[in-house]
Amino acid sequence: MGLLSGAGTAVAESGHVNALRRRLSKLLFGTGLLASATSFLYPVLRYLIPPQLPDLGGGTVLAGRVSDLKPNTAKTFRFGTRPGLLVQTGEGEYRAMSATCTHLACTAQYRPDLREIWCACHNGMYDLNGRNISGPPPRPLESFEVQVRGAEIFVRRKQEA
Amino acid sequence: MTNLALSVRAWIDERFGLEGIKHLAEKKKVPAHRYSCWYFLGGMTLFLFGIQVLTGALLLLYYRPGADEAFESVQFIMTQVQFGWLIRSVHSWSANLLIFIAFAHMFSVLFLKAYRKPRELTWVSGALLLFLMLGFGFSGYLLPWNTLSYFATKVGTEIPAQIPVIGRPILLFLRGGEDVTGSTLTRLFGVHVAILPAIATLLIVIHVALIQWFGMSVPPALQAEWQALPPEKREIRFFPNFVLRELMAWYVALGALGALAALFPWNLGVKADPFAPAPAGIKPEWYFLFMFQTLKLIPAKILGLEGEMLGILAFGAIAALVLLLPFLDRERPFSLHRSIPGLACLFLGYMIAMTVYGWVAK
Repeated sequence: MGLLSGAGTAVAESGHVNALRRRLSKLLFGTGLLASATSFLYPVLRYLIPPQLPDLGGGTVLAGRVSDLKPNTAKTFRFGTRPGLLVQTGEGEYRAMSATCTHLACTAQYRPDLREIWCACHNGMYDLNGRNISGPPPRPLESFEVQVRGAEIFVRRKQEA
Repeated sequence: MTNLALSVRAWIDERFGLEGIKHLAEKKKVPAHRYSCWYFLGGMTLFLFGIQVLTGALLLLYYRPGADEAFESVQFIMTQVQFGWLIRSVHSWSANLLIFIAFAHMFSVLFLKAYRKPRELTWVSGALLLFLMLGFGFSGYLLPWNTLSYFATKVGTEIPAQIPVIGRPILLFLRGGEDVTGSTLTRLFGVHVAILPAIATLLIVIHVALIQWFGMSVPPALQAEWQALPPEKREIRFFPNFVLRELMAWYVALGALGALAALFPWNLGVKADPFAPAPAGIKPEWYFLFMFQTLKLIPAKILGLEGEMLGILAFGAIAALVLLLPFLDRERPFSLHRSIPGLACLFLGYMIAMTVYGWVAK
């Protein structure tokens, strides 16, 4: 009787050890698979994120020539990858700012009749300093520094003080 | 299983009847014998094809076809996009391994005579798939628009032009004009990413359906001794036994692919210049090398006929023989039955020898 119960314990024990082994190998197998799946997926996910295109950060851009503009007119120019707006005010002063509307990123234009900057998409209005004065735009347009060198007009980002 | 998983399963079962699938999975068996290892090559080819589809789709996100943009966009992928070099390298390595394994698969099926009745059409669909994979290789090779790929495509499209009557129209069709230009690039791009994948998908479905329909073939040499064994000794269950083995092989292949791509990243080379002279030692990819080398060695005139043309026609004839092999393996009208393994050996030897020769030749 004692012998039999002893055998029973041994069986139960080996069953226990087996269960433990099974759990351990499952754990190792699972973590191994998970780790390799991660190592395969990670590069793919990173690949999907487009790289930052070189932006002409603080660079100076030729926005136009003096002869391009008359008072109370404007033209758009390329500032890095985005459009910029160069305005000659009625008084002959040059103003430059980003042409990307701060509302939903449409390209804004100069309205000589209103002497304001207008975004046609949702009727947003900015003054000639780029301040949002009516309509949905939440923020002013980024205004740029203008330098006239001879016959050429250069524009660059305002240096942070 | 959790309650959610159980209820999802019940939902699907109620609509589609999982019993049928379960029954199929239980019933499906794969023969087990000393040549069983060759059964894995087909699945491996399929796996690598899957890798090609995935990495190809990823490359499409940044690739731009066009003579002015193609090289730059691949350069962009390899230098600017995170892990872009890895994705492209895996695509190139996997393409080469795929073709190698597809050839190995074909020869294993050939030597084990798995193409015999009733599996003739399985063979034909497989042979067509192999030709298609070579087409993928050829069309994809030009896409980075580098010097090597430019001249390889120039030579490669010139070859069919030697065929009488239909040669010239084929050249114009392949090039999209008289010369290899941006039009060739957009054309081969379309072929590579739309036309060939569509045909390949269809053929793969047919090929796999036929394999499912007929089951795995047992080599004739083994059939007698194999039949004598009790069923449990001569087959294993497809699911999970075979599937798990196959998955293991895929896993190893994926590891090997990653290692090859990371340790030996594929070169981009120099941008193609259509007006520059061809650089010395221009060669096609290794899987076209045996044909390339043969055409190089063939004399200009054989019995008053163009040597080049004869070579091309000979390869065309061999392709036709490969395609129709199951229908040639018979006693009448000629007793080809016995000579097929010998001829295949001869051809395999020729392929290997010419590839090596082409590889080392200047």
